[in-house]
Amino acid sequence: MRLAGKGLIDRGQPVTFTFDGSTYQGFRGDTLASALLANDVRLVGRSFKYHRPRGILTAGSEEPNAMVEILEGNQQTPNVRATVQEVFDGLAARSQNRFPSLKFDLLGINDRLSPFLSAGFYYKTFMWPRPFWEKLYEPLIRRAAGLGSLSRQHDEAQYEKAWAFCDVLVIGSGPAGLMAALTAARAGADVILAEEEARMGGRLVSDNLRVDGQPGVDWVEGTLAELRALPNVRLMTRTTVTGAYDDGTFGALERVGLHCGPAPHLPRECFWRIVAGQSVLAAGALERPLAFPDNDRPGIMLASAVRSYLHRYGVVPGHRIALIANNDAARATARDLMAAGVKVAAILDTRPDASVVEDCPVYVNAQITGTAGRLGLTSITFRHAGGSATLEVDTLAMSGGWNPTLHLTCHMNGRPLWREDIAAFVPAPDAVPRLTPAGACNGTFSTAGAFREGQDAARRALAALGRSAPDLALPQAEDAPYALAAYWETPGVEGRQWLDFANDVTTKDVKLSAQENFRSVEHMKRYTTQGMAPDQGKNSNVGALAVLADATGRGIPQTGTTTFRPPYVPTSIAAMGAGGRGAGFAPQRFLTSDQASRDRGAPMIEAGLWYRPSYFPKPGETTWLEACNRETRMLRDSVGVADVSTLGKIDIQGRDAARFLDLVYTNTFSTLPVGRVRYGLMLREDGHVLDDGTSARLGEHHFLMTTTTAAAGLVMRHLDFVHQAFCAGWDVRFTSVTESWAQFAVAGPKARDLLATLLGEMPDLPFMGVADVTLGKVRARLFRISFSGEHGYEIAIPTRFGEALFRDLVARAEILGGGPYGMEALNVLRIEKGFITHAEIHGRTTAFDIGMERMVSAKKDCIGKAAAARPGMTGPERDQLVGLKATSPMGAGAHLFTPGDRVHRETDQGYVTSVCYSPTLDAHLALAFLRNGRARHGETIRVVDHLRKIDILAEVTDPVFHDKEGVKLRA
Amino acid sequence: MPDLIAKSALAGHAPLVRAGTRLAECAAAPITSIAPYPGRAAQVDAALAPLGLSFPAPNGQSASGTARLLWAGRDMAFLIGAETPAALADHASLTDQTDGWAILGLSGPLAEAALMRPVPLDLRLAAFPVGRTARAPLNHMQAILTRTDDQAFEVMVFRSMARTAWAELTEALAVLEARAKLS
Amino acid sequence: MRLTCPLCGARDRREFTYYGAEDYLNRPAPDAPPQAWDDYLHNRDNPAGVTRDLWYHDMGCSSWLLVTRNTVTHEILAVEAVADRKGGAA
Repeated sequence: MRLAGKGLIDRGQPVTFTFDGSTYQGFRGDTLASALLANDVRLVGRSFKYHRPRGILTAGSEEPNAMVEILEGNQQTPNVRATVQEVFDGLAARSQNRFPSLKFDLLGINDRLSPFLSAGFYYKTFMWPRPFWEKLYEPLIRRAAGLGSLSRQHDEAQYEKAWAFCDVLVIGSGPAGLMAALTAARAGADVILAEEEARMGGRLVSDNLRVDGQPGVDWVEGTLAELRALPNVRLMTRTTVTGAYDDGTFGALERVGLHCGPAPHLPRECFWRIVAGQSVLAAGALERPLAFPDNDRPGIMLASAVRSYLHRYGVVPGHRIALIANNDAARATARDLMAAGVKVAAILDTRPDASVVEDCPVYVNAQITGTAGRLGLTSITFRHAGGSATLEVDTLAMSGGWNPTLHLTCHMNGRPLWREDIAAFVPAPDAVPRLTPAGACNGTFSTAGAFREGQDAARRALAALGRSAPDLALPQAEDAPYALAAYWETPGVEGRQWLDFANDVTTKDVKLSAQENFRSVEHMKRYTTQGMAPDQGKNSNVGALAVLADATGRGIPQTGTTTFRPPYVPTSIAAMGAGGRGAGFAPQRFLTSDQASRDRGAPMIEAGLWYRPSYFPKPGETTWLEACNRETRMLRDSVGVADVSTLGKIDIQGRDAARFLDLVYTNTFSTLPVGRVRYGLMLREDGHVLDDGTSARLGEHHFLMTTTTAAAGLVMRHLDFVHQAFCAGWDVRFTSVTESWAQFAVAGPKARDLLATLLGEMPDLPFMGVADVTLGKVRARLFRISFSGEHGYEIAIPTRFGEALFRDLVARAEILGGGPYGMEALNVLRIEKGFITHAEIHGRTTAFDIGMERMVSAKKDCIGKAAAARPGMTGPERDQLVGLKATSPMGAGAHLFTPGDRVHRETDQGYVTSVCYSPTLDAHLALAFLRNGRARHGETIRVVDHLRKIDILAEVTDPVFHDKEGVKLRA
Repeated sequence: MPDLIAKSALAGHAPLVRAGTRLAECAAAPITSIAPYPGRAAQVDAALAPLGLSFPAPNGQSASGTARLLWAGRDMAFLIGAETPAALADHASLTDQTDGWAILGLSGPLAEAALMRPVPLDLRLAAFPVGRTARAPLNHMQAILTRTDDQAFEVMVFRSMARTAWAELTEALAVLEARAKLS
Repeated sequence: MRLTCPLCGARDRREFTYYGAEDYLNRPAPDAPPQAWDDYLHNRDNPAGVTRDLWYHDMGCSSWLLVTRNTVTHEILAVEAVADRKGGAA
């Protein structure tokens, strides 16, 4: 019911929304919860396990009951707390975990079966027969228990992530937070003030409080006006700080567009990483429910939530209201309601010695023994100092005291301390470095105390930052002592008393846990699932701990502490991973020839971050293999052009450049003549092959190293390490020039002819030679190297001319009967020649394994040399590189067995790393590692690939299948 | 002999303006990496003196007229917009980086906020003043970031990744523009 | 976690790549016995407390860093460049 003239909602902006298909009205500034209560909707959900009817318990993000699905086109977001979701025009919400409807839920039967469904029931009940667990019981339980459901569609919505830096982060904008922010801001510090709710002010905008003689709301507005005007302050509403991490880093979730519906590019949420020099935790406190029989009916809610709905939203949740509390502070709920003209049936105080002076009946030493009302509260029954009674009420406000919101102080392993006087945990001092808790989250519950601590925390932060604090008078506000007597549950009654509403855990479950010897709080938690629901025990952990302490005859601090891990509120993965979808997952690297390749219809495949053409289809070709075979033959018969710019290129200069290469390569480069290129092998320090490639000597003290595409970054890191760790003083510097040059392979019998037409005059370049050439005014480099086994060249040109040169080379090749070739043909060509890639040098192969042990120079040290000589790194027990030749396809990853042997792990003789069909040899070829393989050329081996259903015989050969003597290469 | 046409990294990407903030590819200028050999600082500075430049401290730059020398990492600076003095070659390793990088200019009221999406760096003016440069990630890309004015930055990324960098910054601007429309 | 790179300043952990223990800096002589190489390559302490390990600032200046930190408190006690370390490289 909405009260006239009350609340901070914008009555000038009515909005229309739906809940379970019915249309309702609310106002801008309403949450879904307040708007539903204003429309007298009390039943909003069904509980997780027993499908009990549930209503709204709280007015904040800790809500355990009122979780709904928000519908948005074909999207639905489950488990949205109605107390957090703001209403806007067109909002569509739906209750969850019920069938067919909220009011008539078939699985409500679970509640009747509850004697059989107590904590741990599934551990005991569904033990037998064993296979039934996976096939029958678990699916049934999963269907019956649960929260919201997913749309099963991709989430196409926009999310965002961002960084922010500040001197002082203030978490929470109640009296403590606002005072801290104001103090730090006036001192000139960069301040971020983060508030979870849409409106700043905390209890100052949810309670009827006065500050400096004016309404608390007015003081908040005045303070915010000052903060907004300061350039060094950033106010972040709808932003929940979710985690405290090392070195002043915090995570925070901002609800950017969830309060107004979708708009182009408007993110739903933003996940912030905030780095703060100092921080003030002013997160307030969460009121505790009380346990009593059937304390979970719709209409039973927290006393502070009733005040929030009254003062902030102008809503009262019922017409006849009672209050039960174990403290003085909660009585404000009854007084405020009465002042607003709402009937308060009674105040029930659990304390025997509490005051009875109020404008309504007060019962002391009161304990609720039962409640009634199937879909909403209709009455309560209680005993009290003078007997027992039943009251007809539709709403019961309850307060079991307050738990400081200290969650963030636990995120770096801090363990909270128990304070007997307030019956609550408080943060341990300095639990998070450079963070100071202030106000209610620190166990100080009065408004004046919050102002004081907020200012003190800011002063502490400013001192640490080397700034002087401004002289700022503390506002006058209530400073009432926090009078409370611990009270947790109704003793000696039948009936279930709920602790964890969200996971349907009762005091009986906790006692059963203790009885079955799960007495440690961590064991109890797992036995009962207490605290493991979306609210993570915010409402119930302390109450459960108290019940467990009582059941085990220990005090609360002896029983254990409660701890919390990030995130403070449920946080969507989509927000944390914002931007990582589709093309945003990793940078895309494009070749200069990219468009030219696409123009020719080449499908592009990913090679690391690069996109490379797979093959260049011709009209009439229906499969990639046809194109690949044609391109392979084309290159062996005439000429082919391929973009090889993805290879890493590292420019190495200095008087110690040659010496450095001798250290990182197994073979010797100091003897390489200027103008020549040498193939080099690089090991890791543990003796395994890191990478291979060619290096050219461009000058006495100038080399150009080529790495594989895959290992370009890794090699750079390796060189940096070797240099900085072992020879930082050497006269050598190296710089990546990968991106400075576009480089194209031109290979085949007509490669020289092609280049002659391009260059006019063809330099007389020996095999493994390099020369500078010019193309008009453009300088370029010509290497005579080949990865195909044909007479071949690579020509490098400054990248900006890459596309033009590629198109030109392809046009010239086509005149000669050649053309471009893609990755598929490139792979066939290199397999035919037995050239290795990272399929072979995959991290577990040694120089010996790939038949290159002679490349490890005996005359000098190199990285990996000592380890490569260790026992077990060479010898007949190693899997050695061989070729395999067969008449039908083989599969990479297939394993090798001696014919006649059982196919078994213990008889495994090796594995296949690369396969192709060779049009040159009209055979299926593979490169493989075979136990003692070099001694087994000519043998027949069995190739088994269970995944591809391959089981064939192949001939073991030398890995070089084609032109073994290299005649064509050197032609 | 062909007459080869040069193409910039972001050829075809016209400058883009969102909520008063402009993203554009910067005009190409010669870039040379200069990596002094150990113990050669004085000689390097002497060779740079005719340009009015000196080797910059980390995160800094040296500028004179249209020539700039930008710190670019450990023992490395990029000379931009000037021919390399020949005398340098004896004291430092030199490579031509002109074609290796795409340079994006981002200027306007949202420039800093847009960069605070993909860049995990404190870009507040006091922490990152005009003239400051940094090697820093732009999401998953290695970048060089320079503040050229209170509200203007220059972002250098590897040429092959220019389109991704463009997309990242365009996205950040679009989001900020949508946010600005929220009342 | 944030590391203060001696060249770049305070940076988020994502800019760095972890490598392993400081031991990697103490490369045995080429003819050292196999045990020395095994110790160098594989044998490590796993202290609860202060440890020294190697990080690479690959998204920054490309410096290799020697980081002294506490594995229990997560406190970073020192960060120095490997190339500039005391008694360091040849």
